[in-house]
Amino acid sequence: MSGHATEAPPVAAAAAGGLPRRLAGLAVLWLVLATAPLWMPLIGGYDALATRVLVLGLVAMSFNIVLGFTGQMSFGHAAYFGLGAYGAGLTLKFIAASTPLALLFGTLLGGVLGTLFGLLIVRRRGVYFAMVTIAFGQVCFYVAYKWNDLTGGYDGLRGFQRAPLHLGLATIDIAASSRVFYYFVLVIFALAVGAMALVLRSPFGRTLLAIRENERRARFLGIPVERHIWLAFSVSCFFAALAGSLYALLNNFADPLALHYTLSGEIVIMTVMGGMRAFWGPLLGAAVFVVLQDYVSSMTENWMSIIGIIFMLVVLFFPRGLLGFMQRRDAR
Amino acid sequence: MSGSAMLEVRDLSKHFGNLRAVQGVSMTVAHGELRAIIGPNGAGKTTFFNMISGFFPPTQGEILLDGQAITRASVTERVGMGMARTFQITEIFPELSVRENLRIAVEAQAGMMRRFWASRSEAAAVAAETDRLLAQTGLTPSADRLVGELSHGDQRAAEIAMALALKPRLLLLDEPTAGMGEHETYQVASLIRRLHKQSNYTIVLIEHDMRVVFNLADRITVLEQGAMLADGTPGEIAANPAVQAAYLGSAE
Repeated sequence: MSGHATEAPPVAAAAAGGLPRRLAGLAVLWLVLATAPLWMPLIGGYDALATRVLVLGLVAMSFNIVLGFTGQMSFGHAAYFGLGAYGAGLTLKFIAASTPLALLFGTLLGGVLGTLFGLLIVRRRGVYFAMVTIAFGQVCFYVAYKWNDLTGGYDGLRGFQRAPLHLGLATIDIAASSRVFYYFVLVIFALAVGAMALVLRSPFGRTLLAIRENERRARFLGIPVERHIWLAFSVSCFFAALAGSLYALLNNFADPLALHYTLSGEIVIMTVMGGMRAFWGPLLGAAVFVVLQDYVSSMTENWMSIIGIIFMLVVLFFPRGLLGFMQRRDAR
Repeated sequence: MSGSAMLEVRDLSKHFGNLRAVQGVSMTVAHGELRAIIGPNGAGKTTFFNMISGFFPPTQGEILLDGQAITRASVTERVGMGMARTFQITEIFPELSVRENLRIAVEAQAGMMRRFWASRSEAAAVAAETDRLLAQTGLTPSADRLVGELSHGDQRAAEIAMALALKPRLLLLDEPTAGMGEHETYQVASLIRRLHKQSNYTIVLIEHDMRVVFNLADRITVLEQGAMLADGTPGEIAANPAVQAAYLGSAE
């Protein structure tokens, strides 16, 4: 703990770094994201891989609302992500060939179910909170796995395609071009993280920090702790489900593994590796994770053991994650 | 004692199984009074305090805040009715700056805590109130430091400032100088004196340091083994043979 106490938290670090520095950082970030399809091939990447980074970055950032900002350990975030994926896929397959509708229904399915589930768990803390969230994820997994007629069971949900966007005068063909789809996801991602930043920097967002830092003090300031944990969880589930919907559109496929706790664990790894106290940390973690996975899995089937070792090294040597470490060094 | 009671406690008891931690204690605190609760270790002071602040419900008895019954009210409800407390072990947000700590408290008091945005004028009002509290508690110089890095005395001042941000009608302080050196004890005691004398807060505190108690308190309640031993002005308490025998004589 003594090591941590001397490190600046995101808020203070930003204040110390000053506004210009923060804006410069943001400009670089968005420039990197906006040009990703151009430089990705140079490092052996491709458009769909860049899209995967955004999608998993979005779910990790959603998860981090609960972990990094509210201080609660949810271990089943794949559930809301996977529900989003199935919601979007089922919409395209059975309701209408409309991408916006797929995103809407996917987000609603994961978000609403997560919100209802959240009501049951907000009084649990620590390991109990984690266990119940895993259990809910596994329930969703088995439902998708067994309900062959609707979900395609083990083989996953197939037979749907993301549809081109019709915007009155123009049509944007996100279906045929993976590059156009990348930019479509980037726009959604930008809107989502913008909304997330507004929530986290609002008076409500500060009550979450209060709960993370000291639940007793938060309660004695009159903050209804359980209700705020529930709201944070709900917001997190909606964003996670949005990411899941995008994931189904990316792959034109939804499978039960998108609900499985192994993915939940990977989301935790991305978040902690990137830095859970930094807003953008989970995105960096997701980028490292997704790109490494792509490289290493082409060389060996044991890619997870390589990522596991890297994860351990990061946790041991940069307990604040990669971004936390970079920011701290930067502030000196 | 004049005016109606800010806090009235009637026949309050708390039993944990067979342990009678507090047994039939009554106490009346007037508006603007500073009341100290003293007693040897294990006298039930903190249990008594925890019932008043809503940490847990009493086994029997009644608690009234400014005439309103709050015996079964939740912590959130009590805070809403104007009660704020600090703890024996300082409860703050260690990895946030002093200013952020206070800002959260000010926003909570202003009823903004469920809001996803704040207008420019609201944010300015919050910032002004935060600055006022920083100045009132002498924390302006360390406003942008992490509160977890401050000295013990300054952390306590920050905790008191957070309680003040709630604009409390009743301020409960659980051993405000616990574990502090000479200088910090003096610093915190003078802050409490200012709050009491200049700003006219009604304060109930538990305190072990007898110099602090006899310097600050208008009245003193002495607990022993969960029961009330005496209640009176510092002069009366100092002269009370039962108190001397039970506590003052042996303790210091």
